[in-house]
Amino acid sequence: MSQMMEDMRLRWRKSLNIVMLTLTGVAAFAVVSVLFLILGYLIYNGGKSLNWDFFTKLPKPVGETGGGMANAIVGSLKLLFLAAIMGLPVGLLAGVYLAEFGGKTFSFVTRYTTDLLNGVPSIVMGIFAYALVVLPVKHFSTLAGGVALAIMVIPITVRSTEEFLRAIPGNMREGAMALGASKWKTIATVILPAASGGIMTGMLLSLARVAGETAPLLFTAFSNRYWSSGWEQPIASLPVMIYTYAIAPYDDWHRQAWAAGLVLLGLVLLANLGCRLVLNRRGAYRGV
Amino acid sequence: MSDMASAAQSKEIASRLALKVRANEPASTAPAKETAVRFEISNLDFFYGQKQAVYGLNLKIPKNKVTALIGPSGCGKSTFLRTLNRMNEMFHNTRVVGQILLDGQDILQMDVVKLRRRVGMVFQRPNPFPKSIYDNVAYGLRINGYKGRLDDLVEHSLRRAALWEEVKDYLQKSAFALSGGQQQRLCIARALAVDPEVLLLDEPCSALDPVTTAKIEELMFHLKDSCTMAIVTHNMQQAARASDYTAFMLDGKLIEHSETPRLFTTPTDARTEAYITGRFG
Repeated sequence: MSQMMEDMRLRWRKSLNIVMLTLTGVAAFAVVSVLFLILGYLIYNGGKSLNWDFFTKLPKPVGETGGGMANAIVGSLKLLFLAAIMGLPVGLLAGVYLAEFGGKTFSFVTRYTTDLLNGVPSIVMGIFAYALVVLPVKHFSTLAGGVALAIMVIPITVRSTEEFLRAIPGNMREGAMALGASKWKTIATVILPAASGGIMTGMLLSLARVAGETAPLLFTAFSNRYWSSGWEQPIASLPVMIYTYAIAPYDDWHRQAWAAGLVLLGLVLLANLGCRLVLNRRGAYRGV
Repeated sequence: MSDMASAAQSKEIASRLALKVRANEPASTAPAKETAVRFEISNLDFFYGQKQAVYGLNLKIPKNKVTALIGPSGCGKSTFLRTLNRMNEMFHNTRVVGQILLDGQDILQMDVVKLRRRVGMVFQRPNPFPKSIYDNVAYGLRINGYKGRLDDLVEHSLRRAALWEEVKDYLQKSAFALSGGQQQRLCIARALAVDPEVLLLDEPCSALDPVTTAKIEELMFHLKDSCTMAIVTHNMQQAARASDYTAFMLDGKLIEHSETPRLFTTPTDARTEAYITGRFG
C-alpha cells in the first residue's frame, strides 16, 4: 500500500544519508591522515638530524660529516625576497585591474592567460628564466632564480587579489564615490584596505608555494656550497639542497636533507603565523 | 514605551543641535525659502543601454524641504534619484537626456567630484567603511584635501546626525561594532561632514526597525534647516510623515507632484489614488 511505500522510501532515504555521510567523513579523514603522516615523518626524521650547526655552519666537503646549511637558509630567504619585490606588486596591480577596471575582452584574455601561467610546469618557468637572464650573461645568478620564482608568484597573486576584491560589497564603492572619491581613490582608501587581509594571505600563500620550488632554481640560481658573493652569483637554496642531498649516496647527507625539509616547512609556517598575527591585530575594523 | 522615550531623547538632542546650526538664520526668512528651488529638472530621459527607465520628467525640488519620491518597485524613482548626483555613471552604457539644474547650474557640465560634495547620498543598506567611526566621518573631508582641524567637524557632523551622544566615547572603535540604525546615522553623518546642500536618501530606513526609523525621520526634520532632501521610500506612511512634497512615479513617468498633505488627501490622478490607497504596487 501507499503507506508502506512511503515508509520504504523514507528508510531508503535515511540509509542513503548515512552512507553518504560516512563516505565524505572517511574521505576527509584520509586527507587529514595523509597530511599528518607526512608531517610526522618529516618531524621525526628531520628532528633527529637538526642541530645548531645546521643553522650556523656551511656544508662540509664531500666525505666529511657534520656542517650545516646556513647559506641555503639565507639563500632561500634572498630568493623569496626577490620573488616578492618583483612578483607581488605586478600581481597585485593586475588583480586590481581585473576586479575593478577591466573591460570584457582584455580582461578575459588576461584571466585566461593567468590561469594558463598558473598551470605551466615549474621547470618550464626555469627554462624561461634561464633563457631570459642566465644566457645573456652566461652564468647562473641569484637574480635569475628570483625572476623564475617571481613569474610563478604572479598568477597566484593576481587571481587571489581579484577574488578578494570582488568579495567586497558594491555598496561600499558607492559610498565612497558618493562622497566625491575618484575611482582610484575609492580603491586605494576603501576597497584595498577592506580586502587587505585576504590579499595579504593570498600573497603569503603564493610565496609559501614557491618557497618549496626546486625545478625553476636548478638552472637559474643553481646552487653554491659557500656563501653567495652577490646577487649576480649562484646561490644555495633549501629545496635544491634537499634535492642534491637526498639523491647523494651518503647517510649523513640524507639526514641533512630531512633537516632541511623540516626547516623549510618551519619557515613557511612561521611566516604564516606572523602574517596572521599582524592581520588579526589590524583586522579589528573589518567586522569579521 | 522605550519607543516614545528614545524618540523624545533624539528630538531633544536634535533640537539642541538645530539651535546651534540655525543660529545665523533668522526665522523670518522662512517664507521666502518657500519658493526657492534647489533642483530644477526638465525633460529628463534616462537610458540603461537601449532600455529607457525615466521618461520626460519635469520636477522642481524646493530648497530646505523634504521631497519624497514614491511609486511601485521598478518605476524609476531610485534611478531618477541617482541621476541627481550622477551616481548612475558608475554603470556602463547609461545615457542622460535633458537638463538638471542645481542652483541654476547644469550638473551634467559640472565636475562630478564637486557635484557630489554638494549633493550627498545615503543608501538603502548602511554602508560604513571598514574603518573607525571617526575615520568614517572624516573620510569625505580627507579625500577632498581638507587640512583644518577634523575633530570639531567630526563632532559637529555626528551631532547633526544625532549620533554623537551614543558614540563619543568610542570614536576609535570599528564602525561595524555599531547597530544597523547607528550605522545608518553614521552614514548620514559621513555625508553631512562635507556640508552638502542636498542629501539624497535612497530608502534609508528599509533595513531598519520602527524605533530607528523614527529617529531618522526626526533627524531629517531638523536637517531641513541646513539641507534640501529628496527621499525615495516604499513606505507611504513615511512619505506622509516626513516629507513636505511628494512626487508619485509610475513606469518611469512622473504622474503627480504636490504638497504632501494634498497628494495624500486629494490626489488629482486616478493612478495616484489607486497607489496610495494600496490597490496596486
